[in-house]
Amino acid sequence: MTPAIRVEQVHKKFGALSALNGLDLTIQQGEFFALLGPNGAGKSTLINLLAGLLRPTSGKLYVMGYDVMTQYRQARHALGVVPQELVFDPFFNVREMLRFQAGYFGKGPENNAWIDEVIESLGLTDKATTNMRRLSGGMKRRALIAQALVHKPPVIVLDEPTAGVDVELRHMLWEFIKRLNREGHTIILTTHYLEEAETLCSRVALLKQGKVIALDSTKNLLASMPGKKLRLKLEGPLPVSLKALVRQQEQQDFILSLNAINQVEYVLSELRNANIAVEDMQLIEPDLEDVFVDLMGRT
Amino acid sequence: MSLINERFRGPWTLFKKETLRFWRVSFQTVAAPVMTALLYLLIFSHVLGGRVEVYPGVPYTVFLIPGLIMMSVLQNAFANSSSSLIQSKVMGSIIFVLLTPLSYLEFFLAFLVASIIRGLVVGFSIYLVAICFIDLPLTHPLFILAFAVFGSGMLGAFGIIAGLWAEKFDQMAAFQNFVIMPLSFLSGVFYSIHSLPPFWQQVSHLNPFFYMIDGFRYGFFGQGDITPWFSLSIVVGSFIALSFITIGMLKAGYKLRG
Repeated sequence: MTPAIRVEQVHKKFGALSALNGLDLTIQQGEFFALLGPNGAGKSTLINLLAGLLRPTSGKLYVMGYDVMTQYRQARHALGVVPQELVFDPFFNVREMLRFQAGYFGKGPENNAWIDEVIESLGLTDKATTNMRRLSGGMKRRALIAQALVHKPPVIVLDEPTAGVDVELRHMLWEFIKRLNREGHTIILTTHYLEEAETLCSRVALLKQGKVIALDSTKNLLASMPGKKLRLKLEGPLPVSLKALVRQQEQQDFILSLNAINQVEYVLSELRNANIAVEDMQLIEPDLEDVFVDLMGRT
Repeated sequence: MSLINERFRGPWTLFKKETLRFWRVSFQTVAAPVMTALLYLLIFSHVLGGRVEVYPGVPYTVFLIPGLIMMSVLQNAFANSSSSLIQSKVMGSIIFVLLTPLSYLEFFLAFLVASIIRGLVVGFSIYLVAICFIDLPLTHPLFILAFAVFGSGMLGAFGIIAGLWAEKFDQMAAFQNFVIMPLSFLSGVFYSIHSLPPFWQQVSHLNPFFYMIDGFRYGFFGQGDITPWFSLSIVVGSFIALSFITIGMLKAGYKLRG
């Protein structure tokens, strides 16, 4: 099957700055994929290259097998992009704007029923005739997502779709995006909320300085972290012998990094020896944030 | 069923949006320039009417109207493409067009034709109001139409260039105030270049706006400072040259696609 996205040895330079350094990446159809990395890692550059907003210095990018440079019409038909910024055209209402967007892709009145369905699915029905200027931030975010879907693209890129939205809307958007994926859309997500990537995405690429430094299923990445974390709430100070394990501290609350589960026994015995009572204790599995911090620090 | 073939629906939609964009605020984009032109007409005809006769048998007020119409056509055609581009660039909404399969040529045509439409709507509105008060001859209507279409096309293309180049609203304002305004005011809207000293007559011949105004005026009176065919060839030539430059900039993704 043709991959949804194929990126081959892509370099992108902005003057002396190299934003992407020979990036290779393949994303299969139907995947729920996360692109993670710190600011300046090259996530947005990669998205902009796929969308045709930037041109690569060298290398090739394909969307559903179409070269984004030489077969840009087909490639753009196959791609829906939800930008990070809340951009909008202040002259039109939600429905008009969506119909215009569909029109740019050659879709006419026969597509209006689909537009109304998207409007309804995103809870925008009450705002369909409201000017974009008058929408709240959350509603503008929904309208942006709707805009990326009007031409029914098989591949959808969401650049930080839940940045700055409240918890309720975040969960609503998660459910909506999950539904799109279930219906067969390939989803590529960039996010700063690693919990979001862990909950939603089946595969993750970690970018650093324009290169992929880790690419695996979320499950495998989590399994690659051998240790666990131990959260302790103590009635006294932490014994000196355990200070080396401290990863985080807030007054009498400590989070210790353990290499293996049998280290718990060692921690408890040290606390007993020091006569420090444990008020509360919790063993925590490593999460994507641990993987992220570990890999970013290591490479 | 839509009458527009799917292949052409993309550029048609962009054209429709660009046209609706100015029509939605027609009080500002059509009524305001009509008002400005009428104020010029009122003031200049009051000050100079009866004292100046530029062409034999043509009162100054009548002489003035075609120039004012054409000046408004040109300024508004420029304003349409330039303001739409700079606004969507600054607000970021240009991305919605850039993400689509529209080609640079389709982009150009949609912006260009919308600019021509705005120029013609404003020009026709001023004409309609003017003929309520003044009897205006229409000696060569085809010349009038040709100069209006190619003139607004030229300024529409020029507006795209300015919109692509400018990154801030003040840069666009500078373009308008230091390029478009002087060229249009010094093009013979309010006078015949024959009334100027020989040196300034020569300078006027370097101003493409002069040919547009003079040729357009010829269409009304059958009289002009130079032959209308020569003016038309300059205007059409300038339109083609500017179109090539604009298309080249769009093809290169100048300040649009990095």
